[in-house]
Amino acid sequence: MPKLPDHLELKRTRVSCKLDAPNDTESILYSGAYASMDVDNSSLESFFKDFKVVVNRITEDEIEFDMIGIDAALANAFRRILISEVPTMAIEKVFIEKNTSVVQDEVLAHRLGLVPLRVDPRLFSYKSEKDEPNEKNTIVFGLHARCEQKEPRRSVKSEELSWLPKGSMFLLEIENKASSSTTAPKTYTNFKSSQDELPELSDNPIHPKYPDITLARIGPGQEIELEAHAVKGVGKEHAKWSPVATAWYRMLPEVVLLQDIINEEAEKLVQKCPANVFDIEDTPTGKKATAPRPRSCTLCRECIRGEGWDKYVALRRKKDHFIFTVESTGALSPEVLFTEAVKILEDKCERIITELS
Amino acid sequence: MLASQMRGLVKEHLDSYNYFISTGIKKIVRVNNEIRSNVDRGIYLKFLDVKIGEPSIVLDGVFEKINPQFCRLSNMTYAAPIEAHIEYVTETGGQKQLCEKKDVIIGRMPIMLRSRYCVLYGKDETELAKLGECPLDPGGYFVVKGNEKVIMIQEQLSNNRIIIEVDKKGNLVASVTSLGATLRSKTVIMMEKEKIYLHLNRFQNKVPIMVVMKAMGIESDQEVVQMIGRDPRYSALLLPSIEECASFGVKTQRQALEFLEKKVKKPQFVSAQSEKEDKALKVLQDIFIAHVPMHGSSFRAKCIYAAVMMRRMLEAFLNKAAVDDKDYVGNKRFELSGQLLSTLFEHIIKDTISFGLERALSTGNWCIKRFRIDRKGVTQVLARLSYIQALGFLTKIQPQFEKSRKVSGPRALQPSQWGMLCPCDTPEGESCGLVKNLALMTHVTTDEEEGPLVSLCYCLGVEDLELLSGEELHSPNSFLVIFNGLILGKHRRPQHFASALRRLRRSGKIGEFVSIFVNEKQCCVYIASDGGRVCRPLVIADKGVSRIKHHHMKELLDGVRTFDDFLREGLIEYLDVNEENNALVKYDKLGAGQNATVAVMSYTGYDIEDAIVMNKSSLDRGFGRCIVMKKKSAIMQRYENNASERILPPTREGYAAERMQALDDDGIAAPGQIIRQDDFLVNKSTPKITKGPITSGVIPDSEYRPTPFKLSGLAGDNSVIDRVALFADKNSNMCINFIIRQTRRPEVGDKFSSRHGQKGVCGTIVQQEDFVFSERGICPDLIMNPHGFPSRMTVGKMIELLGGKAGVSCGRYHYGSAFGEPSGHADKVEDISETLVKHGFSYSGKDFLYSAKKHDIEKLPSIFPLVSFQLVLVFHGERLQEVLDKMHARGFGPRAILTRQPTEGKARNGGLRVGEMERDCLIAYGASNLIYERLMISSDPFQVCRSCGLLGYYNHKLKAGICSACKNGENISTMKLPYACKLLFQELQSMNIVPRLKLSDV
Repeated sequence: MPKLPDHLELKRTRVSCKLDAPNDTESILYSGAYASMDVDNSSLESFFKDFKVVVNRITEDEIEFDMIGIDAALANAFRRILISEVPTMAIEKVFIEKNTSVVQDEVLAHRLGLVPLRVDPRLFSYKSEKDEPNEKNTIVFGLHARCEQKEPRRSVKSEELSWLPKGSMFLLEIENKASSSTTAPKTYTNFKSSQDELPELSDNPIHPKYPDITLARIGPGQEIELEAHAVKGVGKEHAKWSPVATAWYRMLPEVVLLQDIINEEAEKLVQKCPANVFDIEDTPTGKKATAPRPRSCTLCRECIRGEGWDKYVALRRKKDHFIFTVESTGALSPEVLFTEAVKILEDKCERIITELS
Repeated sequence: MLASQMRGLVKEHLDSYNYFISTGIKKIVRVNNEIRSNVDRGIYLKFLDVKIGEPSIVLDGVFEKINPQFCRLSNMTYAAPIEAHIEYVTETGGQKQLCEKKDVIIGRMPIMLRSRYCVLYGKDETELAKLGECPLDPGGYFVVKGNEKVIMIQEQLSNNRIIIEVDKKGNLVASVTSLGATLRSKTVIMMEKEKIYLHLNRFQNKVPIMVVMKAMGIESDQEVVQMIGRDPRYSALLLPSIEECASFGVKTQRQALEFLEKKVKKPQFVSAQSEKEDKALKVLQDIFIAHVPMHGSSFRAKCIYAAVMMRRMLEAFLNKAAVDDKDYVGNKRFELSGQLLSTLFEHIIKDTISFGLERALSTGNWCIKRFRIDRKGVTQVLARLSYIQALGFLTKIQPQFEKSRKVSGPRALQPSQWGMLCPCDTPEGESCGLVKNLALMTHVTTDEEEGPLVSLCYCLGVEDLELLSGEELHSPNSFLVIFNGLILGKHRRPQHFASALRRLRRSGKIGEFVSIFVNEKQCCVYIASDGGRVCRPLVIADKGVSRIKHHHMKELLDGVRTFDDFLREGLIEYLDVNEENNALVKYDKLGAGQNATVAVMSYTGYDIEDAIVMNKSSLDRGFGRCIVMKKKSAIMQRYENNASERILPPTREGYAAERMQALDDDGIAAPGQIIRQDDFLVNKSTPKITKGPITSGVIPDSEYRPTPFKLSGLAGDNSVIDRVALFADKNSNMCINFIIRQTRRPEVGDKFSSRHGQKGVCGTIVQQEDFVFSERGICPDLIMNPHGFPSRMTVGKMIELLGGKAGVSCGRYHYGSAFGEPSGHADKVEDISETLVKHGFSYSGKDFLYSAKKHDIEKLPSIFPLVSFQLVLVFHGERLQEVLDKMHARGFGPRAILTRQPTEGKARNGGLRVGEMERDCLIAYGASNLIYERLMISSDPFQVCRSCGLLGYYNHKLKAGICSACKNGENISTMKLPYACKLLFQELQSMNIVPRLKLSDV
């Protein structure tokens, strides 16, 4: 198998970051791009062979992993889906019974909407405009906060949002009194069963992910009484439904020392870097600079700032190696979120295949 | 402490108002204290004293205290009663009785906010908050009928000062505008063809000055020459005038008066014949240099004054440099709220006081006949878009010139404005350079008591004018002493005299704003204590060494001393240097806007021409939201027949129910309700019969017609009723004020600005997944095009971009104003860069961003190779205009009655004109049928008589057109004409022009 000459191979696989701007930023997707040199640029086989995922760090809310041997387009697809297409539950409708605080109703409602809820959205279905709110598509929270006359001014925190598994407690204005005497009074929701009877929710009650989000401040004598209805949605419609605080990737940094950097120069280089990328190695010929931690490079370009330094150091990015970070807002753990994103991409592909065939 | 120093910015307004209320008003009342009956002179009413009470109102006999916020909400005037102590005579059955009464309310005086008579005076922050008032609000304005009104500072040429200028014809002119106790007059002495004349609007035309001098009793030419000065050059210039006078044969006072008698303007309405005789003498007594008082029937003071005027003019004739500059700030006086109010008050004291004051304040029309003042636009509504704007409004100075005049002189920056008026802050456009702003540290003086100062001058060795002969007047080495435009006398050691006065001023024995000025050229000492002069603080130097020493400054910084102490100790002449910094501190406190993460780059192409690209997720999360409040008020009118409008409970069912959703059971919309355009705010109905005799009993429902009060003029479907206030207006009709709130999120077309005047509309809103992101996962809130920088050269913004980024990475405020650099407070770019590097950013603030659409690192635009991308936090706030307020379109709608053409403007739901260019577009597009319809068919049919060519009408009974000129319908054709064309023909006919239409077949 013939190989590309070095300078072209560099252009194909690396982004070179110069002081003023990056070069070779485009990825060459076309399989026949190098056909004239007898080089096959198609990547499916090499993808099967080279693709791997290495998890670097995983916590409850955050995951960082390397995705190696994949094109930027695919990596980006996962990122986009994570941000905008993986569904979560978020408060959509707020019924305000009483709000004597200084926070305006709509501002309060907006704040409530942005509170992340710790609930698996897969347990619920989407609610369309004409659907009646029921136990399958709506989660109801109640909030009743009051600041007594003598008390000091206080904050209303998200922990005061209490889950109402039986649905809304607010009565609909009775339309005709006669019929409602026998049946239970109508509320804003129509729950057939209590949500806490669901096995998944029975010992895992729904609550806001963080208890200490300030919703409003209330002074003496002020009161807030409301009901908030959460429904399922996607981040494309409103950022509150986005399951991630953000999801992003960066290409693997590569710091190449083009020449031997020795003694004073080497020390200068180590000094210059705020991210501590470089080290000094003692060699028989003297002190020599090395770059053992290219991953920590933040691209501040201090190392190539100043006359002539770009001859010593080259900052590059590997085009097919992505360091992917997902920060979950708490509905699902970050690794589950990623697999959900993969599933959504699968669905999309299948849909296209069926449409095409 | 800050708040009290802050008040410096509007201090002149407050001071002048306080002076007016505490002293001015009493003086005015003392002068005009008597009202006598015309029938019986024995019956009179006399004001003994007057004072201003607490701001309050009497409603239905109930005394109620008021505060400004209450007045703003309920459309009231924030005013306090004027309580007078009166003495009056009553007559019962021929028995006259003298009575005395205290605290009689004679009217209501609008109260300036934060003045000494305002409820807010001396209140601390919590107390202010309780009254619904912002602690940072500077005050200095009025609340009139619920609106915040500012009396603009008026700029004027100073009264009672001699001004030498060259008129249009090139003649030298000495003029003085006299403001006497009762009237205002202008005296002009001019030199024409080497002879000197007097112009006075009571004389038909110019009169020779020598005749006037003779008429005033100076019969000897020699004495006139002596008074002007014995310099032979002056005498030579006077010679032609003296000869002219002699040629008229005027030699004595008697002859002179007879001569002038003929020149006096005949009064327009000849009323009393009695005063026919000595009109000329009267004019000379009352009108000629009116501010110089007469001592009995002696004209001596006036003669000397006229002589001095002539001398100044002749001086200017010999030496062109002696001509005065009208634009010189020293020749200007600024009238502040207090002065303006006091002239108005004096005018209306015998009239309806409260009504007159309120009307003048709310309309801004200052009309005082006695002083021939008729000014419009004296008050303006306080602009409240931002805090700084409101402050700036209070220091704005209105000129007396017309804006439209194309003159450059008054617009130019005057060297004498230095330190007094801001050299930068002036509007663009027609009023450029005419409207000015006070500089930060200036103070505008208020009137000071004259009597003590005058006697002080005499004590310090001024020789009284009355005792001087003409010869002595201008003797060398003696200076004339001129006090507020009046000649007091002369002094032989002017420098000694001046420094003695100054010493007295610095030790606080006389007012700190009295100015003493020795004019060597004119051999005069000018002393001024009148109001309206601008002053600024200066450090006193003894032989060139400043009295403020290093330890003083240190004590000041430590807060041990204040500037007032400096003033008291005689270190500076007048106070406050620190306010500039205070203003900036406040600005931070009340910043209008939000911090944004900004990427300076080109993206999507929707950012050309200063447009910005916004991140939808940022908007979702609340970036750039704003709340708009609008006030709507409804009045429940009570009619003369005692019938009044009423409010009905809403109907909950049927067709009308939808529009009544927001209504409470009482028929008034409830706070918190969401309301749309045309929804009912009040379900009101009006009686059908509103005139005639007083109705008694209950009016039946059928006698009412529904006149609901609907929401109008607020586009968008997210309006919410914020507050509802019920109150009674002056005529005790019930009023309902609704404050309607809209929370708006940015949309395409809204205009945003940073603090550097870099404004731009939102060009597009992009989903977060399509936005750029940095290696650290940061996604900007908005993207700004770098092409905004090179031509605008807003270096400040670049520094702010860097400073902002450094600020968020190290968690510290950065100080970037231009004032900190010399003192080392400011963060320099070098230091900011260092901070950035320490946190792993590039020193230049540039970052590498990943494109979310192209799957690679964004490439640079090739034109602008140096900047890659700055991902930074910058203050990007201030939503300027919103599309929602501008957007407008209509199909059919209202028309103007006269022309039947669609109305104009958004507020009147007006039409949009298809003009020439739009027509061109349609032609180019080829929409010929549309054009044909618009321009030819969409007109109104009219009957035209073929025989006479005039317009006829269509008679519906006969179902035929009739020509009213020919009295028949034989030759009628129907023709389409625009209504406006028909109107033109009729208007021409009314002017005796007959437009005839000649019709022919096509």
